[in-house]
Amino acid sequence: MSNTKYILGSFADPDEMMHGIDKLQANNIGIYDCFTPMPIHGIEDKLGVKPSRLPIAAFCFGALGTCLGFSLLYYTMAYDWPMNIGGKPSLSLPNFVPVTFEVTILLCALGMVATFFFRNHLFPGRAPRVMDVRASDDRFIIAIDARENTDHTLIESLLKDAGAVEVKYNERKYVSYE
Amino acid sequence: MGTHNHHHDYNFGEKFQFAGIAKILSLVGIAVGVVAIAIGLLSSDHIMVERTYANLLLMGYYFTCVCAAGAFFLALQFVTQSGWSAGLIRIPQAMASVLPIAAVILFVIVGLGLFTHNLYHHWHADGLMDENSPNYDALVAGKQAFLNVPGFLIRQILFMGSYSIFAFILAKLSYQEDLEGGLNSYKKSFKLSALFLVIFGFTTPIWSFDTVMSLEAHWFSTMFGWYNFAAMWVSGLATIIIIIILVKKAGYLSWVNENHLHDLGKLLFGFSIFWTYVWFAQFMLIWYSNIPEETVYFYKRWEPEYKPWFWLNIIINFVAPLLLLVDRSRIRSSSALLFTAILLLCGHWLDYYIMIMPGTVESHRGFGFIEIGTAIGFVGLFTFLVMSKLSKHPLAPKNHPFLEESLHHQI
Repeated sequence: MSNTKYILGSFADPDEMMHGIDKLQANNIGIYDCFTPMPIHGIEDKLGVKPSRLPIAAFCFGALGTCLGFSLLYYTMAYDWPMNIGGKPSLSLPNFVPVTFEVTILLCALGMVATFFFRNHLFPGRAPRVMDVRASDDRFIIAIDARENTDHTLIESLLKDAGAVEVKYNERKYVSYE
Repeated sequence: MGTHNHHHDYNFGEKFQFAGIAKILSLVGIAVGVVAIAIGLLSSDHIMVERTYANLLLMGYYFTCVCAAGAFFLALQFVTQSGWSAGLIRIPQAMASVLPIAAVILFVIVGLGLFTHNLYHHWHADGLMDENSPNYDALVAGKQAFLNVPGFLIRQILFMGSYSIFAFILAKLSYQEDLEGGLNSYKKSFKLSALFLVIFGFTTPIWSFDTVMSLEAHWFSTMFGWYNFAAMWVSGLATIIIIIILVKKAGYLSWVNENHLHDLGKLLFGFSIFWTYVWFAQFMLIWYSNIPEETVYFYKRWEPEYKPWFWLNIIINFVAPLLLLVDRSRIRSSSALLFTAILLLCGHWLDYYIMIMPGTVESHRGFGFIEIGTAIGFVGLFTFLVMSKLSKHPLAPKNHPFLEESLHHQI
């Protein structure tokens, strides 16, 4: 018992899992995280998950893209090899817009994907870290930190009352696929 | 599996009561419009008469476009089988139901303008197509196969007529669904919408070539149709948002919440960017290639009397929504969204103004009681017709197959 790191309540039904969250929260038992095979509306609000900071990364990468795109155009079109195209000045802003825009979008999108992968440890070759494999199949999991919440019998009875089909006591945080 | 054991106590049968201050204001608006238009048309100054016609065309076209955008919104929801919008579908439906009236009004304006030579005189005047006449215009004569009076009028009737018929049937099917239930109406609406979108997509560019672009018959741009479509869609979305927020403020539509407004706001944001994209694509190609027959359009709009308006157009329709709607919390607040939608509606009036005025009244441009009065008149007429239509049927399509999904929409 003392080696238990996480208690996992496994539900077959999303509504029962939401009900389980309510019950645990009513008893002041902190929830570590929830894992579901599909998005559950309203679960972020219930768990108090903060809004994602991905838009900040998106803005930074986008701004970087704008600077890089414009620099590329300035260097090639106006500084290194100015050409006379239709009598327009070398540094003419309207025809810089499309490329600058495209590079902004490109870096913004790639940067967001990279940030997301980095933050979620999803880079290639990395064994995925999952707490319960069936959370990506047909089970809805509530994970509770067993060391912070010591009354394990109460947790088990609350989970079972709410409709959990299985309660696991895991000594390791993650179960790997390998 | 109790996945749908949610309970709600919405009154889907509730009807909007169109009365009191809203009705009085819309009737006052119509009266103001009638007075302004009458003063303009009965004026002895022919420039004043032409300016009134230009304003009538502007507002008639705007009015028809917004109603057509309502029908387009409806069809889009059916074809994509969208669930989120099911609860608010009655608002674009009311707009679509008014489309036949708007189409008739625009047709009368266009027809009178054509035959009194107040509109379209660039290609409709004596001798333009006659090689021996001193008025002969080789460029216009070359376009005769497309730009002739019977063809022009037939296209107007065909295009606006078909949009009106589709809009009318789509709205009717949904009202029928209220009474009969079942999936029959939905399935029919799906097929009808797919057909409508194909027809609408291919004909609106030609419709805008006829109605607006032919005011300056020498000039042409293949981007013009998409540019007009973007303006139509943005102003239609802005109108839907404004009606929803105001009707909600009056205590109705309790099942439409900030999640639905968020989605509508995202469409408004996205298509304002799309409008800018098309606007810029048209501008940049003409600026870059610098061919006189193309640059003449922008040359006119860079004359001192139009240049400030030309730039204001970009600021209101691109910079303003970009800054005002980029933030999630602002897009979800109904007051911020209402402000932006009203701003964009004014912005696209300016957009149409920039399209129409340099080709009609040219340097005799004005912004006075004719412009404001005509606009108020048409806004009053639109409000009166749409709200009367809205008050005749329940505010929710209670048998819509996706209504339940719409109630739980969350983003």
